[in-house]
Amino acid sequence: MTAVSNQKLTAAIVGPGNIGTDLMFKLLRSEHVEPRWMIGVDPASEGLRLAAEQGLQASHQGVDWLLEQDELPDLVFEATSAYVHREYAPRYEERGIRAVDLTPAAVGPAVIPPVNGDDHVEAMNVNMITCGGQATIPMVAAVSRAVADVGGVSYAEIVASVSSMSAGPGTRANIDEFTRTTAAGVESIGGAARGKAIIILNPAEPPMIMRDTIYCAVPPEADRDAILASVTAMEKAVQEYVPGYRLLQEPQLDEPSPATQGQLKVSVFVEVEGAGDYLPPYAGNLDIMTAAAARVGDTIARSTRNLTQDLTQGATR
Amino acid sequence: MSTARDDLARTWSGRHGGDLDLRLTDTCLRDGSHHKRHQFTTTEVRDIVAALDASGIPVIEVTHGDGLGGSSFNYGFSRTPEQELIRTAAETATRARIAFLMLPGVGTKDDIRAAQDNGGQICRIATHCTEADTSIQHFGLARELGLETVGFLMMSHTQPPEVLARQARIMVEAGCQCVYVVDSAGALVMEQTADRVAAVVAEIGDVADVGFHGHENLGLGVANTVIAARAGATQIDGSVRRFGAGAGNTPLEAFIGVCDKVGWRTGVDFLQIVDASEDVIRPAMPEECRLDRMTLMMGYAGVYSSFLKHAGNAAERYDVSGAKILLEAGRRKLIGGQEDQLVDIALMLRAEQDKAAANG
Repeated sequence: MTAVSNQKLTAAIVGPGNIGTDLMFKLLRSEHVEPRWMIGVDPASEGLRLAAEQGLQASHQGVDWLLEQDELPDLVFEATSAYVHREYAPRYEERGIRAVDLTPAAVGPAVIPPVNGDDHVEAMNVNMITCGGQATIPMVAAVSRAVADVGGVSYAEIVASVSSMSAGPGTRANIDEFTRTTAAGVESIGGAARGKAIIILNPAEPPMIMRDTIYCAVPPEADRDAILASVTAMEKAVQEYVPGYRLLQEPQLDEPSPATQGQLKVSVFVEVEGAGDYLPPYAGNLDIMTAAAARVGDTIARSTRNLTQDLTQGATR
Repeated sequence: MSTARDDLARTWSGRHGGDLDLRLTDTCLRDGSHHKRHQFTTTEVRDIVAALDASGIPVIEVTHGDGLGGSSFNYGFSRTPEQELIRTAAETATRARIAFLMLPGVGTKDDIRAAQDNGGQICRIATHCTEADTSIQHFGLARELGLETVGFLMMSHTQPPEVLARQARIMVEAGCQCVYVVDSAGALVMEQTADRVAAVVAEIGDVADVGFHGHENLGLGVANTVIAARAGATQIDGSVRRFGAGAGNTPLEAFIGVCDKVGWRTGVDFLQIVDASEDVIRPAMPEECRLDRMTLMMGYAGVYSSFLKHAGNAAERYDVSGAKILLEAGRRKLIGGQEDQLVDIALMLRAEQDKAAANG
């Protein structure tokens, strides 16, 4: 790592599509990460053109070109496909480049910034799960931490509704992977003993803003005020990097009944409006992915800088 | 190489000696699951399958109302695991083939494999009628497993015929052997049904079957199904006694009677299916499927039929009008699967009423 105190980490974005381009605009505002390269494979790419306009080095010659440069990035943000990322992940690591993976490749540990954002700052590769996961797992975790003392969340289920316009060919071809990866994150990061994920693509015009519903089954003796307080606090924590993330309603509590399988049912209703950096505001599902990835990049940069400062101080002492 | 249609012809026309003009699928045990709030027992499934099978119904669909994996907070938990119900149905049927439904985004390929292991033979994959490309991996798997395939274009009233035709083509290219025009909201009127079915027949009729799935929310289930058959649909869905979602599905026994009069061969004995309706199906129903204020709203506002019970629950819980919930669901252009939003609508109506009361 070449970064020294007060210097930004340099970054390459691989994949100049909607996600990569939106991410670029977010990173251009970052105090900790400097996007310097945009890498694609199609010379006619709109994303490459926009990147060049913003002063990035834009190349359509792919990752091979990037890895041949004299100066390599500190960070790579992968916004291609799981297939491509699995192929290149070992080569990034070989060169000491840390990867933030926005595909479902899941090469490295999964990160949801307000839940486990600090856990994997040392990892060479971190994965951003799915848009539905980024939007809902924080709330599962919020309920989990509030009911940990009475046995936790036995089951959590999330329903993500996104506009058809915002669901790209990758999501469409791999919808099973979306539900499976998200459900796994609901369990491993959300803290639910069992997780389920449902995704709906709605073609309504004008396009609908992303909406998510999070259901959690918790023991009837759970502290209800603690649940509400924890959910509200989590809303604020996500709003730090996704200002358009909001609770639509106060969380609803349904008393135990056969329909809730004898548990207290907590329902949390969320809307995610995007910042409109490159993608339109209705595509909150894509915005929360790029915002979370940028957040992870910042966290890595800050921790790297602290580490560098420690080393520098150690050397002069 | 044989076409998808050749394969299918061997599957169903061949099975019945080429004697059928229309092939009927009863969906009491799938769409009826909504009306039953997903509380079927294995005994009920055994009795219903035995009665339908004996009367000559060639295909019987059995799954949670929202398809494989539908058992959930959002759609209601199954009393009996659906895979157990599929196995019971497959063990009971002597002639009928057992079909199951799956919605990409709710169920997964693993669920399809399990359903086949339990004796399911026909894999029916449903998407909203503009999202056919989410079904490609599932059709691919189903064909690879040797399952017969059917595609469902849900909420077909929302799109013009040419869009449905294009979406049908996507399904057929993925391995679908029969594409259904599905009137999920019971909102189509006859000419609209005929135009949609005809457009899909024109697009894929040379390589695949076309089907029609109707609901009763405007009282047009049988009429729409007759006109769909005239427009070229050869596979037909319905539920004996309307046992289905919303105001119920096309009453299959009535349609069979109509077919007898028109001279379309279905292979089903009319008197036997009428007896089954009275003696076996009705006793398993919590109540008749009715054309009332709520279900009429669904046909009128174009609302997905399975929202009925969920809208009713939300109306009761928050003391607001169920009909208004459904109208708002139509205005918001909600589609199948978005049951969670009905509570959001109820809370909005509740807040409006509280505000009006405070100001009054």
